[in-house]
Amino acid sequence: MQGVEVVKVDDFKYLGSTIQSNGQCRKEVKKRVQAGWSGWRQNHNVWHNASVYNKPFVESFEETPLLVAVLTYMGYGILTLFGYLRDFLRDWNFEKCHVAKERDEQKDFVPLYQDFENFYTRNLYMRIRDNWNRPICSVPGARMDVMERVTHDYNWTFKHTGTVLFDVINMGSYNYLGFAENSGLCANAAVEAAMKYGLGVCGTRHEIGNLDKHEELEKLVARFLGVESSMVFGMGFATNSMNIPTLAGKGCLILSDELNHASLVLGARLSGSTIRVFKHNNMQSLEKLLRDAIVHGQPRTHRPWKKILILVEGIYSMEGSIVRLPEVIALKKKYKAYLYLDEAHSIGALGPGGRGVVDYFGLDPCDVDIMMGTFTKSFGAAGGYIGGNKELIDYLRTHSHSAIYATSMSPPVAQQIITSMKCIMGEDGTTLGQERLCQLSKNTTYFRRRLQEMGFIIYGNNDSPVVPLMLYMPAKIGAFGREMLKRNIGTVVVGFPATPIIESRARFCVSAAHTKEMLDTALNAISEVGDLLQLKYSRHAWPSDEETNHFSYLDSHQD
Amino acid sequence: MIQTTKMASGQQWVLVEMVQAFYEAPAYHLILEGILILWIIRLLFSKTYKLQERSDLTEKEKEELIEEWQPEPLVPAVSNDHPSLNYDVVTGPPSHKITVNGKECINFASFNFLGLLDNERVKQKALASLKKYGVGTCGPRGFYGTFDVHLELEERLAKFMKTEEAIIYSYGFATIASAIPAYSKRGDIVFVDEAACFSIQKGLQASRSFIKYFKHNDMEDLERLLKEQELEDQKNPRKARVTRRFIVVEGLYMNTSDICPLPELVKLKYKYKVRIFLEESMSFGVLGEHGRGVTEHFGVSIDDIDLISANMENAVASIGGFCCGRSFVIDHQRLSGQGYCFSASLPPMLASAAIEALNIMEEDPEIFTILREKCKHAHKALQDIPGLKVVGEAFAPALHLQLEHSTGSRESDVRTLRSIIDYCLDRQIALTQARYLDKEERFLPPPSIRVVVTVEQTEEEIEKATSCIREAALARLE
Repeated sequence: MQGVEVVKVDDFKYLGSTIQSNGQCRKEVKKRVQAGWSGWRQNHNVWHNASVYNKPFVESFEETPLLVAVLTYMGYGILTLFGYLRDFLRDWNFEKCHVAKERDEQKDFVPLYQDFENFYTRNLYMRIRDNWNRPICSVPGARMDVMERVTHDYNWTFKHTGTVLFDVINMGSYNYLGFAENSGLCANAAVEAAMKYGLGVCGTRHEIGNLDKHEELEKLVARFLGVESSMVFGMGFATNSMNIPTLAGKGCLILSDELNHASLVLGARLSGSTIRVFKHNNMQSLEKLLRDAIVHGQPRTHRPWKKILILVEGIYSMEGSIVRLPEVIALKKKYKAYLYLDEAHSIGALGPGGRGVVDYFGLDPCDVDIMMGTFTKSFGAAGGYIGGNKELIDYLRTHSHSAIYATSMSPPVAQQIITSMKCIMGEDGTTLGQERLCQLSKNTTYFRRRLQEMGFIIYGNNDSPVVPLMLYMPAKIGAFGREMLKRNIGTVVVGFPATPIIESRARFCVSAAHTKEMLDTALNAISEVGDLLQLKYSRHAWPSDEETNHFSYLDSHQD
Repeated sequence: MIQTTKMASGQQWVLVEMVQAFYEAPAYHLILEGILILWIIRLLFSKTYKLQERSDLTEKEKEELIEEWQPEPLVPAVSNDHPSLNYDVVTGPPSHKITVNGKECINFASFNFLGLLDNERVKQKALASLKKYGVGTCGPRGFYGTFDVHLELEERLAKFMKTEEAIIYSYGFATIASAIPAYSKRGDIVFVDEAACFSIQKGLQASRSFIKYFKHNDMEDLERLLKEQELEDQKNPRKARVTRRFIVVEGLYMNTSDICPLPELVKLKYKYKVRIFLEESMSFGVLGEHGRGVTEHFGVSIDDIDLISANMENAVASIGGFCCGRSFVIDHQRLSGQGYCFSASLPPMLASAAIEALNIMEEDPEIFTILREKCKHAHKALQDIPGLKVVGEAFAPALHLQLEHSTGSRESDVRTLRSIIDYCLDRQIALTQARYLDKEERFLPPPSIRVVVTVEQTEEEIEKATSCIREAALARLE
């Protein structure tokens, strides 16, 4: 069996019909089907419920080649051994230790850190630390200016040279719709709001920090989402961590996807509910947990659960996968659970109207009990929202930790969201928003397609603007980030603990602000670096350029 | 050497004996032994007994159970006249003059202590930043969300506080709530004041450490707990060697407006080897000759405090928060502070606004003296109002007015206080009630009216406000 690849596809019927109606990629589908679907049947993650999807749902997670996996583990093994060696040398003062020291007066206190806690930081992360926290000094738009840093002590400290790397192509920021701008409609409106209201609020929503701007924004968000009511909060992370505890408590059960964001995990933990984790996007796993929970009740007492809350995200930012929302909703209805959908990455980035994953699948927003999302990404602002029916929002207005104890959103930030959201909705009287949405979807298709053709292993859904490219080996994390910056392209690389230990990856975020030229420049550079670092791991034969001419950028623009 | 060979030969001998015994044993014995061995193997390899599988429910019964189960509603219904359902609406900036529900008032409610909210210089600096960087950062600090202004602000804060390093968060509430669990883990012990604000409580909850509450500002009670712990440690010294311990206190308490006895705390710190985390949201930019907070107020060396955290949403009048201290302590948060790593960074214009606010504070330390004078004035003027008592230090910029005699029901107390606030609102004095989540607070403070003093308020305005409150109290409390 050649097809070790694990591709998750729901419903061949649809692959055969819907895509065919698209015409252009029929050949490609056939090719794929011939090439290696044999693997998908083995994939127990697939839960077929074709009737609930109205479009092909193609998500691929090609299996790690065995040799690569072995070599990756070896790499970590060697790094760990050297880590111990160097720690030993540092202990005996053979090597200069750069780690900040406890002050002498407190040497006899219980150590603030366990030694092993920082082993990873000291010996692995430190080697490639220059790939993160790169300071920039411009708008985080399609191109950005990165400040050059040098280190004379192997990444322990950095010095700014004063040189700026101008116009680096930005493949790292979550600027999906390109609203990170310092001029134009949004920025001008924000300037006006700052002039009128000032920057801060100096109060909570409950205590004279409830500006008319906030109310205006909340009404607009509700309209945008298609829900009865909404509430906005000053920080996206806190929207999760401070509101989940108001919705669930002792005696409630939270079912959480294993790859949920830290804020959801923290919120669930703070709520005091029982938490059970289901396999990533795996509906069988979710259903089993739901059934067991209802049948067996709470542990020990066997009392029935008060309520069951399912936590999922729209797009998973490290996998590039899209939640199987139609199936989740079917399950939620069947088992009378409540659904909390975090659209941090999907709002604005998915769906024909930019209304997120609900819009993408053409579902009714009322089927999702709690619609949560952030304004950081697609709207180029900051903060988060929760939308839902009036009872939910009324309860949050009176009981949300955030509304009572945290300062409300800065007025110019609120204004930025209002303007950009109106633009997406077309309420500014232009089609600019719609054009951005189209551009993003085309860019996504094109970028993913080209990377796959080049032979990289790309994770995630074909429609997701988050594009993870697998690097696997720890040394390649550093090398990839540096080589790309040399070619004037800023990328994000991630490794353990953000990913499983052997699945280190680079992640690109496609933006509507990227032009074809920028994407091509980036793609060429990625290909070059890919050859240099031998990253083209994919053993799957994607159609060659010639055969996919019909799928070229311009063609895909015509729909 | 000889001994080992002896031992080896001895063992060999035993083995030979065993084999011989095996030959000599009767057949029934061997069969019995064989069965026993098989039984053991069976026990070893048989499937473990799972509790859940013991229920002998049929599929049909399961379906019925699923059918029957009715969850509670997602949220309980909120009655339409809930006191905090309908917020007061502020049109325009919440600065010195504020328009609440359409009425222009003098602001005695926003924590804009230094009047920097609509400061022209701050605004201009922020606008310049907005025109350069746009509004959002579109990423966390790690992924191209670090801007030069963030680095500058961190440097400036460290310099202002005279510490080695500072780290900024994009949300005031998340600052201490992320900082505590970055250090204190499961099994560690935290001694915390009963009056600690809600964000500290959340941080403690997230840390999953043992929490020991001591009576508000009661050093004897704290020492009692520390001594108890010392005895505990002597019983189990191995565990004590790895159990970190912390004292978490606020500089000026949000909920009681009084100051923590820092010098005593520092003494206890060295005596019992406990680290001190200090929350200074109300005291940063308020106390001390240069506005550095409680450490400066008491003349305590800042190096004696392990971590200071504060938000930039009160005196600084921007958004966000910061922690500062020695690099040994602070740097750890760059990988372990959840609200730092996993959240988008602070919008650059807000960082620029904070930098300009620091500039103003550094250029004119006189501002802190003025604030203190105004606070003292207000504190004095608010004394002897019939039915109301002032809670808090004379130099605290946010005071609490509590009912002298509670009616016994929190609900009716809240309503009474609200009627006083409404009376004042009608006469152009904006006040608020201190709001809490009644069921979530560990120690719920009594209901109170918050009176915030800022440098922008004139003496006449303070007089006007206090006499207004007095009238209201006379009218509503009799």
